[in-house]
Amino acid sequence: MKNVKHPMDFYLRMDRMPHIWCTGCGIGLTATAFVAAMEKAKLDTNKVCVVSGIGCTGRFAGYIKLDSFHTTHGRAIPFATGLKLANPELKVVVVSGDGDLISIGGNHFIHAARRNIDMVVICVNNFIYAMTGGQVAPTTPLTAYTTTSPYGNFEPPSNIPQIAESSGAVYVARWTALHIRRLTNSIFEALNKPGFTVVEVISPCAQYYSRINRLGDGLDMMKFYHENSQIKHWEPTDNLYIDYQKEIIVGKFVDRERPTYSESYKKWLAE
Amino acid sequence: MKANPKDVRTGVFYIDGDVAAAEGALAAGCKFLGGYPITPSTEAAEAFARRAPQVGAMFIQMEDELGSIATVMGASLSGQKAMTITSGPGFSLMMETIGFGAMLEIPFVIINIQRSGPSTGLPTRTGQADMMQARWGSHGEYEVITLSPDSPQESFDFTIKAFNLAEKYRAPVMLMSDECVGHMTEKVEIPEADKIDLEPRRLYKGPKDKYIPFKPDKDLVPPMVKAGEGYRLYLSPLSHDQRGHPLLSQKSTTRRIVDKIRLNADDIIETKEDGLDDAEVVVVSYGITSRVAYRAIEQARKSGIKVGIFRLITVWPFPDKRITELAKRVKGFVVPEINYGQIVFEVERCVHGNANVVLVPHGGGWVHNPDDILGAIKQIMKAKKRYEGIFEYKTELEKLIFGSGVQKK
Repeated sequence: MKNVKHPMDFYLRMDRMPHIWCTGCGIGLTATAFVAAMEKAKLDTNKVCVVSGIGCTGRFAGYIKLDSFHTTHGRAIPFATGLKLANPELKVVVVSGDGDLISIGGNHFIHAARRNIDMVVICVNNFIYAMTGGQVAPTTPLTAYTTTSPYGNFEPPSNIPQIAESSGAVYVARWTALHIRRLTNSIFEALNKPGFTVVEVISPCAQYYSRINRLGDGLDMMKFYHENSQIKHWEPTDNLYIDYQKEIIVGKFVDRERPTYSESYKKWLAE
Repeated sequence: MKANPKDVRTGVFYIDGDVAAAEGALAAGCKFLGGYPITPSTEAAEAFARRAPQVGAMFIQMEDELGSIATVMGASLSGQKAMTITSGPGFSLMMETIGFGAMLEIPFVIINIQRSGPSTGLPTRTGQADMMQARWGSHGEYEVITLSPDSPQESFDFTIKAFNLAEKYRAPVMLMSDECVGHMTEKVEIPEADKIDLEPRRLYKGPKDKYIPFKPDKDLVPPMVKAGEGYRLYLSPLSHDQRGHPLLSQKSTTRRIVDKIRLNADDIIETKEDGLDDAEVVVVSYGITSRVAYRAIEQARKSGIKVGIFRLITVWPFPDKRITELAKRVKGFVVPEINYGQIVFEVERCVHGNANVVLVPHGGGWVHNPDDILGAIKQIMKAKKRYEGIFEYKTELEKLIFGSGVQKK
């Protein structure tokens, strides 16, 4: 067995294994989907950069064997913007969590989408700040318990696809971590689409979110999200709020054309 | 390596310090500016934005300073020389990412056109109160290099020097200018490209599979590669080993990012000395304050007091050795600065109790009145003991506001 290689070895830093993610976490599945999409996309792997912020998903870059960068909290998108603008040949993929991209990095998310910078953003949404021990996040559903909302969350959560669409993203999809085939396909489509593309992945936090809300182990949660999700392509994004332990609408919601930042810049230069 | 003639706007110009700094950056081959408008630094970003398309450089105005400094990190790792331009509040916002850049040893330049603070302070007026923040602003331990120009010509020259130092040491380099120099319009001579020496990036030249991202050369600085060339880089701001892998140990590379500046300090430090041969009093100054100090020194010399100037071009790393040496043979040091005492404490540290130290403070907004520096020089001449401590000179303005008298700290 020693000489048998895992088919995804080419894309993974096997010298960094075992990874730090908990059993039952959806980030590993997101990595699987990403690698599968990369294989399918047949891009020049030397030119693909993966950028992550801070948090559980922030560790994503550390396990992917491409040029990969672990950055500061919230700054994955502007860091990736710098990489891309200074070398337009690069294909830049940002993989980070909901807290990193939507809370502390929310402003960058909005403006990178507005500029339509060529970038794939994979946002792993686990409804909580997990790396720090399960605090309330801007995505925590109403009434859910967290360590900093010990009496239940009363703040309405962010609707990530709606923020993405209204800010100008050209491709927006959402899947749960167990929709591996569909998720892979969406990441593949996003990789091939010029402009700012967003794929949200609903992932169980089998430790902090589960424990305090008594939702069972990772597999239970994964199955629950999968079974309670309804595929509704092209659903208006204002219908995509996620309620606590209720139905989750998944699918591809936005796929449109807008000139990218690089295209607009080149055109403006020529004029 | 010489500058590219396409990047250099050779000629004699009548421009301000902000514009001169932008021209210096372009001449140094800077191809990326991520900025955010903030008074009094906007002229520099505007000048860069105007010239960028002509030289194939990229200017992007980001949504905030947190973003603008982060784009600089990305752009530098893509292989371009990159910088940002800012002032007080923006500089504060950038602190976290400055530490990130130091940790990942990314070469980059920040131009800080200092204004008065704290907070919004005096946005359109000068200050020198970010000097300690420049060194200690980000959490954790790291070292930076700063340069302080006192004229538009030096803004141009030192910006080029800043890029050279950044590339040589893979460290954050800051041009600590101020509103007064930034908005001062003077003659600036931009030389021909073949007269400008540039430090090329320290690119790794060995076999691809043998590359270890943080394995240093003899001078403690590791060579770099660009993103997108198949090295499968992994860079993390977690404490890491030479491979860049997270490491929960003191064996991480953190010690080296401090040492590479400290142990190379003699190569980095630049100062200017004038009239120190026979001096009894030394005025230690940096940035715009040194120009005011010259006037006070002239007056003192006329009245028979032997005064010299010790100008800090690089405030960080600090020229400890030279000040310790001078302290053994002079009566004292006068330190005028547009703050309530920052670099004066560094001077006092290096004096080792061998000479008196007098701070000439200034709350910001304007430059010093030369008479105050002169007054402090005279105060040192009157001192009875070799070392009586560190004094604060009560300036005319301070007396007006707070009453008279020399206060011992």
